[in-house]
Amino acid sequence: MTLSRTAAPAAPRTRPRVRPHRAPERRRRGFLAYWPQYLAISPFYILFAVFGLAPLLFSFYLAFQRWDGIGEMQFAGLDNFQYLISDDVFWLSLWNTLLIWVLSTVPTLCLALVLAVLLNSVKRFKAFYRMAFFIPNITSTVAISIFFGALFATNYGLVNAALKAVGLPEVAWLQNTWGIKIVIAVLTVWQWTGYNAIIYLAGLQTISSDLYEQAKVDGANAVQLFFHITLPLLRPIILFTVVLSTIGGLQTFTEPKVLLGDTAGTGQSGLTMVFYFYRQAFSHNDYGYGAAIAMVVLLVVALFTILNWALVQRGEGGRARR
Amino acid sequence: MSPKKARGLLLHGVLIAGTILALFPFYWMVVMATNSTADIYRFPPKLTFGSQLITNLRNVLDSIDFFGSMLNTLLVAGTTTLLVLFFDSLAAFAFAKYDFPGRRALFAVLIGTFFLPVGLAVIPQFVIMVELGWVGSLRALIIPAAANAFGIFFLRQYIQNAIPDSVLDAARLDGAGFFRQFVSVVLPIIRPGLAFLGIYTFIAAWNDFIWPLVVLVNPDQVTLQVALQQLNGVHGTDYSRIMAGALLSVLPLIVMFLIFARNFVSDLAKGAVRE
Repeated sequence: MTLSRTAAPAAPRTRPRVRPHRAPERRRRGFLAYWPQYLAISPFYILFAVFGLAPLLFSFYLAFQRWDGIGEMQFAGLDNFQYLISDDVFWLSLWNTLLIWVLSTVPTLCLALVLAVLLNSVKRFKAFYRMAFFIPNITSTVAISIFFGALFATNYGLVNAALKAVGLPEVAWLQNTWGIKIVIAVLTVWQWTGYNAIIYLAGLQTISSDLYEQAKVDGANAVQLFFHITLPLLRPIILFTVVLSTIGGLQTFTEPKVLLGDTAGTGQSGLTMVFYFYRQAFSHNDYGYGAAIAMVVLLVVALFTILNWALVQRGEGGRARR
Repeated sequence: MSPKKARGLLLHGVLIAGTILALFPFYWMVVMATNSTADIYRFPPKLTFGSQLITNLRNVLDSIDFFGSMLNTLLVAGTTTLLVLFFDSLAAFAFAKYDFPGRRALFAVLIGTFFLPVGLAVIPQFVIMVELGWVGSLRALIIPAAANAFGIFFLRQYIQNAIPDSVLDAARLDGAGFFRQFVSVVLPIIRPGLAFLGIYTFIAAWNDFIWPLVVLVNPDQVTLQVALQQLNGVHGTDYSRIMAGALLSVLPLIVMFLIFARNFVSDLAKGAVRE
């Protein structure tokens, strides 16, 4: 679903605790004495510098240039950004991305939470269920996008056949601005609900059952237990999944690209920001403008990540988190 | 029936319905891959397996170099996984058990990279590959992915929990240095953690799409995902052929996952909540 599916599936629950339990190396010594340790950690930092950070900085530089990838670069100042602001296609792609993101993230996380609570209260076949719900996540987005294309095909797709069988009219799913977004959203929900449920389930298992027993004695019902114990205690994990889903969702590319091809479908309604970025850069060889789009995508991702953070933190209702 | 029993039945009913929804696409994929396209296009649709699997698979092999791209993918995913396991575990050991100057800051930087969408820097990444002469070469996929923050983070926690300091102290008394301890003490103990990270890395590399799409310019060097989308582009309506290809591409991962699944799922979950 994302540009980099290697994005971490796991992150610290609170601020990462960097200090190990007890470092066996107690004597303070100079830098040189630690050369094996620096050598051991250096591959990651070298690779990140060369293939991650440097390209990112270069992207920033490139956003202020005009470049077709072959000829000389020309300084363009703010031209790329000025054009971007007046570029209807860019705004369309932003709108498409946000719609698809909301349509897919909200159901995914809500369903995952319900699923996790169900999985947590079941005793038998636990391992089987966890495995079954996780399998969608390990399948490639390319294969599954092709599959969903067939499933939602207008004339021969199974979904329309089912609609027809119960007497409902067929829907031209992939020729319709909303249909396209719904198909992508359904695909995402299918692929990511189990993954998030497994994460929530792990969080649920850390909540002590004493809390629930206590509340039950006080006369709380299941709904109250969920809203007053489960939800508040899961908040850090929910925040984590919201942030990851946002970073991933705002970079949606593979699904519309495979489902719709380079045209991005009817009225370009499957054109996401990253799709537009990819098309400008690699189909039209407009690297400068492509880089400008990438920078704005980066900004949007950062903005939404911070927004998520602030919203979920504020939702804690002033209760100080230790 | 007691209310408790009824609730249990309802619970399993809902979960089984969910399981069917989660697994149905695979069933339907097999249905399409084993029927002729004409059968798929019938109304009402045929809901059972057909006998055309061999024909459809032969069609796939005729239209794309399936085994060539599979070999490329295996090579990329396999090599990447081995490199990641080696580099990540070394770094994780250093972070978990040594207190070298700058460790806190360096680790904070590492965590920070989780949140950087570096995939968006794909234009300069491509330019760098051009400069290095790696465009169209599998190196362009393997080398940049040879070490990653998630693996270091995960294994660091694993090492902290799994390896008592006393064991390392004992090794040190015997004169074992950093690398000696790594090979003879750390590696054998963290094998389960390495297994999880290995499968995880392998799956991610196998499914990677945008970067291979950009950087593998020669048609004979594509990976499976790129080949698959080409098949879809050319034979967009020949569903039985396309589904046979899609099935071939997801089957190896599913088989691998089923073999290791039990530990895989719980390790992933643990990584998310452990501090």
